Parts: sequence; C-alpha cells; structure tokens
Amino acid sequence: MTHPTAVLGVPTSRPAAGSPVLTVSDLRVSFPGEAGRVHAVRGVDFTLHAGETLAVVGESGSGKSVTATAVLGLLPDDAEVSGSVRLGDRELLGLSDRRMSAIRGRDIGMVFQDPLSALTPVFSVGTQLVEALRIHQDLTAAQARERALELLDLVGIPDPRRRVDAFPHEFSGGMRQRAMIAMAIANDPEVIIADEPTTALDVTIQAQVLEVLRKAQEVTGAAILMITHDLGVVAGMADRVVVMYAGKPVETGTADELFATPRMPYTIGLLGSVPRLDAGDRTALTPIEGTPPSMVDLPAGCPFAARCPVAVDRCRTEEPALRAVTTGAAHATACHRAQEIDAPGGIPSPGMFPTPASPRRPGGLPRAERPEVLRVTNLTKHFPLLRGSVFKHRVGTVRAVDGVDFDIREGETLALVGESGCGKTTTMLQILDLAGRRAGSVAVLGKDVGRLDGRGRRELRRDLQVVFQDPMASLDSRMPVGDILAEPLRTHGWDRARIAGRVPELLRLVGLLPEHAERYPAEFSGGQRQRIGIARALALDPKLIVLDEPVSALDVSIQAGVINLLDELQAELGLSYLFIAHDLSVIRHIADRVAVMYLGRIVEAGDVEDVFARPAHPYTQALLSAVPLPDPRKERQRRRIILQGDLPSPADTPSGCRFRTRCPKYRDLAPAESGRCDTEDPAAGVLGEDHSAACHFAAALEVL
Amino acid sequence: MGRYLLRRLGNYAILVFIAASATYFLASFTLHPDINYLSKNPRPPLHSIYTILHGYNLDPHTPVCLRYWRWLTGIVLHGDFGRTYDGASVNTELGRRVLVSTELLFVATVLGAVGGVAVGAWNALRQYRPSDRVSTILSYVLLATPVVVIAVGLRTLDTAGDGPLVQYIGMYDPKVHGTLPVVLNNLEHLVLPTLTLLLAQIPFFSRYQRSTMLDVLGSDFLRTARAKGLRRRQAVLRHGLRTAVIPVMPLVVYNVVLLFTGATFTEEIYGWHGMGEWLVDSITSNDVNAVAAVAIFTAGIVLIAGLLSDLVYAALDPRVRT
Ligand code: SF4
Ligand code: SF4
Repeated sequence: MTHPTAVLGVPTSRPAAGSPVLTVSDLRVSFPGEAGRVHAVRGVDFTLHAGETLAVVGESGSGKSVTATAVLGLLPDDAEVSGSVRLGDRELLGLSDRRMSAIRGRDIGMVFQDPLSALTPVFSVGTQLVEALRIHQDLTAAQARERALELLDLVGIPDPRRRVDAFPHEFSGGMRQRAMIAMAIANDPEVIIADEPTTALDVTIQAQVLEVLRKAQEVTGAAILMITHDLGVVAGMADRVVVMYAGKPVETGTADELFATPRMPYTIGLLGSVPRLDAGDRTALTPIEGTPPSMVDLPAGCPFAARCPVAVDRCRTEEPALRAVTTGAAHATACHRAQEIDAPGGIPSPGMFPTPASPRRPGGLPRAERPEVLRVTNLTKHFPLLRGSVFKHRVGTVRAVDGVDFDIREGETLALVGESGCGKTTTMLQILDLAGRRAGSVAVLGKDVGRLDGRGRRELRRDLQVVFQDPMASLDSRMPVGDILAEPLRTHGWDRARIAGRVPELLRLVGLLPEHAERYPAEFSGGQRQRIGIARALALDPKLIVLDEPVSALDVSIQAGVINLLDELQAELGLSYLFIAHDLSVIRHIADRVAVMYLGRIVEAGDVEDVFARPAHPYTQALLSAVPLPDPRKERQRRRIILQGDLPSPADTPSGCRFRTRCPKYRDLAPAESGRCDTEDPAAGVLGEDHSAACHFAAALEVL
Repeated sequence: MGRYLLRRLGNYAILVFIAASATYFLASFTLHPDINYLSKNPRPPLHSIYTILHGYNLDPHTPVCLRYWRWLTGIVLHGDFGRTYDGASVNTELGRRVLVSTELLFVATVLGAVGGVAVGAWNALRQYRPSDRVSTILSYVLLATPVVVIAVGLRTLDTAGDGPLVQYIGMYDPKVHGTLPVVLNNLEHLVLPTLTLLLAQIPFFSRYQRSTMLDVLGSDFLRTARAKGLRRRQAVLRHGLRTAVIPVMPLVVYNVVLLFTGATFTEEIYGWHGMGEWLVDSITSNDVNAVAAVAIFTAGIVLIAGLLSDLVYAALDPRVRT
C-alpha cells in the first residue's frame, strides 16, 4: 500500500497508533421540547484511539446520533451542551463556528446515513468533492479536480473521469455513499464519524460500502466512530463497543467481550432479540418487553428498570454508574447486579429474558395436500420508462416483474425477498390490485382474480388483507383505535353489536388491551401501532395476509415481539402469509419457504432451511454471505462474496442470465460454459423436494 | 428536446386560437361599438355611423361569422388585428402599450423577485426572532391590502407636503424637453408605480421563499455542507439558497409575465397607458377588436409563462433535466 500522504497529498503528523485522538467526557445534551426539556444525552464518556473503530450502538432515542452531532458541533442553536469533547488536546465544545469549521471536514470527516438527501441535489458530485478539498487546502481548481478523481477512484467509483460530473440523483445509493466517504476522507482526517452509514442500503451494497470504509481507514489511518443500531455491522467492524440506553452508555468493552459475555441486562436482551441468520431451527425470539423511558422526565433509578427482568428495589431508586466488570478491565457496565450475572450461583444470562414458547403448529398435512391459498403464474408487469419531469418522454420499458411463479399453501409463510429494484413490491401490488389489468394470472383461494366480477372481488378482499411497513402512515391519526378497527367491519356490513364485540377481541388477539380502543394512534409506540395494523388486517378473519416489511421500521427489541405475535397468530388462526422483506435474518425466523428475487425474476425458491443452508444460486449465496452476523468471531472467519457493481437497470436487463453481469461464478467459468449464460435464460431447475434455482450451474455452497 | 419544444408550441398555437375565437364571439355579442357614436352629441346620422363601423369590420349588421372571418384572415394573412372603434390601428396601440407595460414592469419585477427572495431567505434564517415576526405581520398586512389602496396611499403620502415629492402622473411630464431630461423625468415618474408593485410582490414572493428556505435549512445536505467545513453562512448561501429558490422560480415567472395585463390598477391610478389599463378601457369603450387583441395577447403570455417557467426550472434543477 502506498503511504497515505502520498495518496491524499496532505502532509500530516499522525498520532501514534493507540494514542487517544478523540476524548469525550461527561457529555450532556438537552433540547427544549413540547413536553419539557429532552435530556437526549446524559453523560457520555469514551475515548477513541488512533486507527481503531469504536461503535456506539443503541436503539432509536438512545442518544447515539445526538452524541455524534455534538462532537461535530452541529447541534441546533437551542441545544444545551456541557462536558468536554477533546480532539487531541484541543477542546472542541464552545469553539466559535469559524474555528470549528476549520476542524470539520479537515480533522473530522463525516459520513451520514441517507446518501441521497445528504448530497446537495443541484451540484454535481465532483463539484461537491472539489469544494470539500478547497475549503481546507490551497489548491487550484484543476488540482482539486485531479485530486477528486483520485478520491473517487479510491472509493471504487468506476470510470471516475466520466462520472465526476454526474449529479447525485444519477448515482445509485451505493455510489452516493462511496462519494460521501470520498468527501469524508478528502482532507485526510484523524477521525471519521459514520452515522448509520449503511442503514439505507441493501445488504450486498452494504457489504461493498463497509469494505470501502475499511479501505478508507487503511489509507488514512483515521479512527472511526461508528454510530449504528445494527449489531451485525458492529460485530464485523468494531474493535470496541459502547452500548447506549436512554442517553447513557450502559456497557462498554471490546467487541469480543461484549458479544461473548455481556454483563448488562439490556445488552443481554438486545443480543437475544436479534433474529439470527445462523440460527438453527425456527424458535421464538426473545423480545424486551416495554418501551424505552421518556427522555423528558426520566424516572429515578436505572432507566432500564421498567423492562429489566432482574430488577431489584435498589434499581428503582439509584441510577447505576458505569463500572469496570473486574477492577482495571476495559469491560464496564452500568448495572447494580453486574457482579451477579453469570457468576456462580448468580443470575445466568441465558433465559434471563423469558422467551415465549414456540407456538405449537398443528402437525397437519404435507404441503402438497394442503389447499392452495395463492397461486401466481407467469406474473409480468412492465412499465414505460419515462424521462424528465418537465420534458416527459418514453425511452424504454422497465421490466419490473418479468415472469414470476409461486404458490402459498394453507398455514404457511412464503417470504419474497430481494434488494430494492428486484420487483418484490411490484409483485405484491399486482397481487393486491384485484381489479387491475395484469399479464399472467393470480389466483386467490383457487379463484382466478382476473375472472371475478365486482361482487366476487369484494368477497375476496375479506380473505386477503395487508399490513404495511409504516404503522403511522397506514393508520388514520384522527381516528381512535376502536374506529380504525371497526372500519373494515362496517364496510362489510357488520352491525353495531357485532362490531362492539369484535373490537376488544381483536385488541386482545394482538396483545393490547380492550381499553386501548379509546386512544389515538399517536399515543402508541411503534411496536404497538404495528400491532394495531395487524389487528385491523385480522378484523374480517382473512385467510391470507400480505405483510409488507412489517417490522423493518421497528427497533430490534420491539421487532422480536411483533415477529413472535405473527407466528402465534398464524398457528392459532391458521393464516397464510406472504411476507415481503429485505431482511434475511427476519425471514429465517418467520418463513417456511422463501423466494429470492433478482431483476423481476425468482432466482431461487424453496424451503427456508434448505435454501439458507445450501443456497445454490450464486446470487442467493452472495446475498446470504453479505448479511453480517452479530458475532465478531464468526464475522472474522467468514469469507464474504462481494458482488461487483450495482443492480443493472430493470429497463436494460442483460441477455441470457440476468445475473450474469455480477455473477461471481460466471467469471470463473470456462468460455465454453459461460457462453451458455450469455445466451440462454436459465429456467428454474429442481434441486430437491422443495428447492429450485434458475442457474445453469447451480451448486450448493455453504456461506454462513 | 427541439422536437418536443416545437410540438409544445404547436399545441399552444391551437390553444391561443381557441381562446381568441371564443373571446371574439363573446365580445361581438356583448359589446356594442355603435354606442360610442350613438351617444355622441350631436349624434351623427345613423347610416354614416354604420358605414364607418363597417369600414372597421364592426358593423353589427354584418353577420358575426363574416366579421369573424375577416378578422381572422386579417390576422393570419397580414398580421393585422383590425381597427379600434374610432379607427386607430389596434397593432399600433398594442405595440405602444406593450412597450409602456414593459418599462413599468421591468424594474418592478426584477427588484420584486430579488427582494422577495432576499427577504424570504433572511426571514427564514431568523425564524421566530423579532425581525421575522415583524416582517411576517407586515407582509400579511400588505398582502391583504388591495393594490388600489397601496397606490392611492402612496400618492397621498407623496403629496402630503407642499407639492408632490416625486411626480407621478403619466410616463413623463410633457413640458420637459431634450433626451436626457425626458429620460430622467420618466424615471422619476416610475418611482411610485414601481414602489406600488414592489409592495405587492415582495411580500408575496418572500412568503414562499421563507417556507422553502425553512425546509432546506433542516435538510441533510446542508448538514453535510457544514460537516465539510463550510461556515453556517457560507453553507446556507451556497447550498441552501441555491436549492430553495428552485420551487419559487415558476411562481415568479408566472407572476411577472401575468403582470403584463394584471397591473391594471397601478396603471390606471398613475396614468400609465399600458396593457392592464387597456384591458379595462377596451371593454368599457365597447371596443371589440381591442378586446380580442388583448385576449390573444393574454392567452399568448399565459402559455409563454408556462413554457418559460419550465425552462427556468430545468435550468436550475438538474433532476428534471435527465
Ligand atoms: S441496574 Fe437493576 S434494573 Fe438496571 S439493568 Fe441492572 S439489574 Fe436491571
Ligand atoms: S446462469 Fe451463469 S451467470 Fe447466471 S447465475 Fe448461473 S452461473 Fe451465474
């Protein structure tokens, strides 16, 4: 590797590896809020050493992002900040905007979450990168442009000379995030703060971007402060971890310690609630009951006490301080009972949080004998590709869904998975749009939807319900929950008395209380709102529920409870689910069968255990290998298949096998063989009893 | 793009034709140019009235379709918009009035747009501070005040002392001679009407600019700009304002273009014989051909405004270009 300064051309004196570069002590941040002051950060301490990666993990509202923003000095004017943030030996808190601006972008680089909104839409990527360079370095326009090209090349933008003048919207999400990283390292910073840098990205793109981030760290020698909620990403990236809860660190230590021997009930619960791709049999997840406390008037004592299964009286009166687990160790927790956890005769961490029993499924008939609830045959949806919102004109055809077949039998869950642009959402909409015109056929409960009249469709709607991703957007905020649940009943002609009986029943079914009917959606937490959404879908006793990313907006500790609920409901009511999702770990937990989509086609389908244990299509293999596991040891040993490039546009699908342009196997094939991939569109080949893959050279490969 | 523009212009031509024809028929049925002669004292002999009107293609005894046909062929074949009821050329009048309106509106709109954007952006930056509150109240007061009141108010203020502070009747004082003095005098006459228009436009634009700017101020890309090391002010001006003017521009373009026939009160009150004044005058004087000409002009500029605002939008926002 070339020396960093040779690449970036900024001569800097680097702090020796291991010496502290960023020291945060007793950082406190509060904002004025409608209900009173919000104490978002309540005393954070950590030290970031040169060259290391420190992850700050927490769920929404834990104060992790506010901490990062405070370090950069970008909090809104009305925020009150105290404590200390030192970069080397300079105190950053209280610096004027002018002096802080000289540090931002030069000593501290920043990568934000959503790369589309984080780049100015009206300036080209190159312009923005050049600006970042010229703010801090004395470069001519030509020099800066040259440097920008080097940086874009470094972060893996193909053909930077051609791409440098493109606008952010012309870049894919992954490319934009690469450009963001290029900007963050433009001035060879000492610290890179990455705030959820891959949260908005698909998993194969996430793997690419994390790779770029590692490379950027290698080249610049910068320390990375990584803010994230994703324990898998933490396991793969971090040397050390700070777990935050309610504005405070509750456990810190090396990644290995923290994942292997967590000592604070919240961390233990968090790790237990994560659905794991490498989990064996389908078991219930362990949710953490309750919700995080309000940051406006925090109750006395340990903020986790209300949700902690091992809380004692002391926990409710005295807030525990962060203390080393054994004297002198780096592993520290904020828990009164830390010494007892996993100690001989103390509290064992396995089973600390009660795991609900896995619902008993009726043994039932073999799949082939159960009735078909949904059958989709050769479903195809093409859209005209239009360009320009002012000068609209058609320039091609988007093959959003291009011949999709699958079926769902009674009582089972089929997960339709794929990355954005694979066509899973269009497939779902085509199924839901009973009245719409379509190519191919959709049969619900044995009835071909295309042949139904209005009355038949109305009846079918009762059996086919949907739950959307965003629980807030799909519930009318001006209606009390009782009315929301009564609405579908009323439209289907139920009388008042029956409705009045049904609503409390529904609420109980999803784990809420009958008296919740009086309240409005805004009074509920995200997880509860999603439960309301599920209750509404259940109102008419449907047979098939389409679940559109039902848990992806929820924090993991909450998500676990909703997944368990869906599982229980299925067993109890004999429901069938079509589960649209991008999160493979969640799918492993909830689905019986899975269909993996790529560019409008199903490339591999079958029994979940089969497909996940022995993926046969190169895309499925790459997809599974890209999912980070919440286990640092496993993460270090895994060989990741990193896909090259982005998803081709569905308006321009490659000839032959549509995965060919990115297929790692294709590249290794002898020309005689790969010719087949160029010309022949692979049909789904049967590999096992319930397992098929559309690849000429399908072969099982273990990737987990 | 070229083909697209041509097709769009073709569509526009059809729309203008329909609008103009409809106006012509409506005006011919409802307006009676002969009244102008019949009410004269002494009244000219009837047959000579109608002979005169016949010469101007305004004779109510000619079937309306025939009149329409003559009018239409005049425009299409000779670019001739006909005669006013008293025999003047509509073309000449139109040309003169467009020039007058242009002069009146040019300064006002440029200043109005720039001022509106600046005030709006400034307000957004100081949201809820006293200056923002004061200018919010002020702009709502101005927005709620009819232009007539503003114009008359300004005139009254101007003449409150001994004699007018600045002259305002007409475009210039006919007693002034020589090129330079006339130009200077003309500028002096421009002050009050321009001020009137500004007082109506700046609050309007600034409200929009303020709200788009507020959206942008909380945006992620502004945060990125600052994370790169731009100071607050630099980031707001370079990245924020540049993005926040985009949605305001179509509004500005429409308003500016439509002012051509929309500045009626200002023109009437300050005695500028522009298009806005003509629109009203031609109706009150039962002048069919003039009304039709104004209609064609208005239809034309509405469509041009649409085209122009799209072009401006595309020029400012790369997202709609591709
Ligand atoms: S201090 Fe008490 S309530 Fe808090 S985590 Fe420890 S045991 Fe649970
Ligand atoms: S058919 Fe060829 S290109 Fe397609 S997935 Fe299989 S090996 Fe790769």
